[in-house]
Amino acid sequence: MTSFVKAMTLAGALAVSTALAPAAFAAKTDITVGLQLEPPNLDPTSGAAGAIDSVTYSNIFEGLTRFGPDGSINPGLAESWTISDDGKVYTFKLRKGVKFHDGSDMDANDVKFSLDRTNEEGSSNAQKALFADIESVEVVDPHTVKVTLKKPNGNMLFNLAWGDAVIVSPETAANNATNPVGTGAFVFKNWAKGDEVELERNKDYWGTPAKLDKVIFKFISDPNAAFAAVMAGDVDSFMPFPAPENLPQFDADPRFRVIAGSTEGETILSTNNKMPPFDNPKVREAVAHAIDRQAIIDGAMFGYGTPIGTHFAPHHPSYLDLTAQSNFDPEKAKALLAEAGHPDGFKTTLKLPPPSYARRGGEIIASQLRDIGIETEISNLEWAQWLEQVFKGKDFGLTIVSHTEPLDIGIYARPDYYFQYDNADFQKMMADLNNATDPAERDRLLKAAQQKIADDYVNGYLFQLANTGVVNKDLQGVWENAPTQAADMTGVSWAE
Amino acid sequence: MLPYMIKRLVSLALSLVAASVVIFVVIEVVPGDPASFMLGLNAEPDTVAALRDSLGLNASAPVRYWQWITGLLQGEFGTSYTYKVPVRELIAERIWISLPLTIYALVLSTLIAFPVGVIAASRRNSPSDVSIMGVTQLGIAIPNFWFAMLLVLLFAINLRWFSAGGFPGWDEGFFACIKALTLPAIALALPQASILARVMRSSLLDTLGEDFVRTARAKGLNRRQALWRHALRNALIPVLTIIGLQFSFLLAGAIIIENVFFLPGIGRLVFQGITQRDLIVVKSVIFLLVFAVILVTFIVDMTYAIADPRLRRSRS
Repeated sequence: MTSFVKAMTLAGALAVSTALAPAAFAAKTDITVGLQLEPPNLDPTSGAAGAIDSVTYSNIFEGLTRFGPDGSINPGLAESWTISDDGKVYTFKLRKGVKFHDGSDMDANDVKFSLDRTNEEGSSNAQKALFADIESVEVVDPHTVKVTLKKPNGNMLFNLAWGDAVIVSPETAANNATNPVGTGAFVFKNWAKGDEVELERNKDYWGTPAKLDKVIFKFISDPNAAFAAVMAGDVDSFMPFPAPENLPQFDADPRFRVIAGSTEGETILSTNNKMPPFDNPKVREAVAHAIDRQAIIDGAMFGYGTPIGTHFAPHHPSYLDLTAQSNFDPEKAKALLAEAGHPDGFKTTLKLPPPSYARRGGEIIASQLRDIGIETEISNLEWAQWLEQVFKGKDFGLTIVSHTEPLDIGIYARPDYYFQYDNADFQKMMADLNNATDPAERDRLLKAAQQKIADDYVNGYLFQLANTGVVNKDLQGVWENAPTQAADMTGVSWAE
Repeated sequence: MLPYMIKRLVSLALSLVAASVVIFVVIEVVPGDPASFMLGLNAEPDTVAALRDSLGLNASAPVRYWQWITGLLQGEFGTSYTYKVPVRELIAERIWISLPLTIYALVLSTLIAFPVGVIAASRRNSPSDVSIMGVTQLGIAIPNFWFAMLLVLLFAINLRWFSAGGFPGWDEGFFACIKALTLPAIALALPQASILARVMRSSLLDTLGEDFVRTARAKGLNRRQALWRHALRNALIPVLTIIGLQFSFLLAGAIIIENVFFLPGIGRLVFQGITQRDLIVVKSVIFLLVFAVILVTFIVDMTYAIADPRLRRSRS
């Protein structure tokens, strides 16, 4: 028997030692990027999942215009454009010599095909509304496209920079979900579903070629596993990192650099404006004064985040800091509640989706509301449940969610949107904004709109979500801010 | 033998039909619409309606059940809502991680449990028996995901012998894959080995107390000879049962370990399917797992009958 045990131990030891062969070292021209969510498919023109853009935006697919790292709108596949005086006709000059990854030329016909497709009947484009103002797309010559709008739309260049408006080829469009073919600096190589997507440098890229040979996006959903992968050096970058509590530890480690940039995510305590007692503006104002934003940022986000007083990104030039208007003042909140006829407070629901800003922030907000007499019944929902109950069913009192689309104050003009703010003045402002192309006029309207929703205390405005993450200290050119959900690798390189 | 086998086969078929109905109904009542999940917060209602239509979600429940079942019978699992590839392909990709991991863990657990169980039984109440019982108690009590994190901390973060997780793919070579599965397999095997060792010990002790072992001893065999020649083989039946159960448990239940080591296995496929409301994937994979469990039970039943002639006779 002892010989049996010995033989087994030996066999086991052998198996382990052969498995431990050291990994080979090579000069680094590749990168492994950690992402928490796996994209459901790789077609940014179909489906809303931000993870699709994370992998494909700029890397694989490009649009007529594109976001810069600071949120500015830069030329993409269109090298220049002119806008008619009435603001209705955009003429785009396309770059020459652009090829799709399958070797075919990109020209005006592809642009027409791609833009027509966003709007057509039965389109599954998740941002169809952005392109609803396009009346027609005309091919002038192979490198010139004329886009005519139904009415002026000052946001059109911005809208065209979204991942949902990238230029695709008619021959390959149907298969982009699993085999994306774009014009970008990287070519899709392989997707091991559930694990990773591999991209390779596009040797025939029309612009400045990418410095990296190979990019691997690795999908790690569990925060502990993400931590281990960074610490073990399995991934070179993890932006955004799912657990802010680990960031100080990365910060203390000389191998890493911690990044805290900005995002387009306004994190708000969404309030059902049609559900009593929240249909009373006084009650909403009371809630606004009951909230201690800094306590939420410190307690739920470990200090990362910028307080906001309206639904607008602080890094935008037209931002108004209205946090003082809804300052933390529990006494005032109680007085307002009494004035509204609820001296002893009331009961409501607080429905929380999965992200930690909501789950952790929700506990803190519940306790802050309790201090002024509002009892909340917390329920934790999955995203699919949240969409069903809160977003679609409007069956909620309060919820916490980060609205991550850029410049999305226009949602307040949709009366059937889940928080159900229905105000004719605001709707007019948004209509005027759409028609305005003069920068000064747009700035004035954007500021008035911010002020309006702050005055009406539509929602509780908490903080702008920070883009926090960790990268290898030798990595250069990583986007610090997230003007759109992209992990643009075209300018990333390793230090010599 | 044959009537017994037919009886088991009929019960297998009935279990599968019942399971398919239960799975379908449960998935039906889960709240959450796949189409609105895919399109997010800004989608227009008509876009959602168009997508629902193209996913075939607007047909009535009995029609969809029929489509699903007839598809399954032809080996067609449907197309994933989110990945937009056939579910069959998804399962085929992932089974090549889950199955090797399960077998690896099972082999490790058996290799540990057998000698340990035999030592404990043959030296009953000795210090080595007592310490083995203590250690296995600990092995059962430690949650495997926590043990997995300790393994990652030690072997991946501090010693850097292993990656913290992930799977290179079989075309990267056999040893690279076995290496990637080693820590997860150890984490899965530890509690299983503890259970198995304890079952092995108690089953052996029971057998050692049987008349035929006493007869063997009376004929002049010493304790060790009696154990090896007569008791061990008879003690294997309960151990076999446990191994059968563990196989199904490991195949379906490695989900937490797969998350800790970010392995793209079957468990994670179901998990992702549930959160993304990719219901067709969830339905089909769960059905497949149920099928695997029922099949393993069937095989274990058959091996009993082979190992123990009394079973065949009494049931036929």
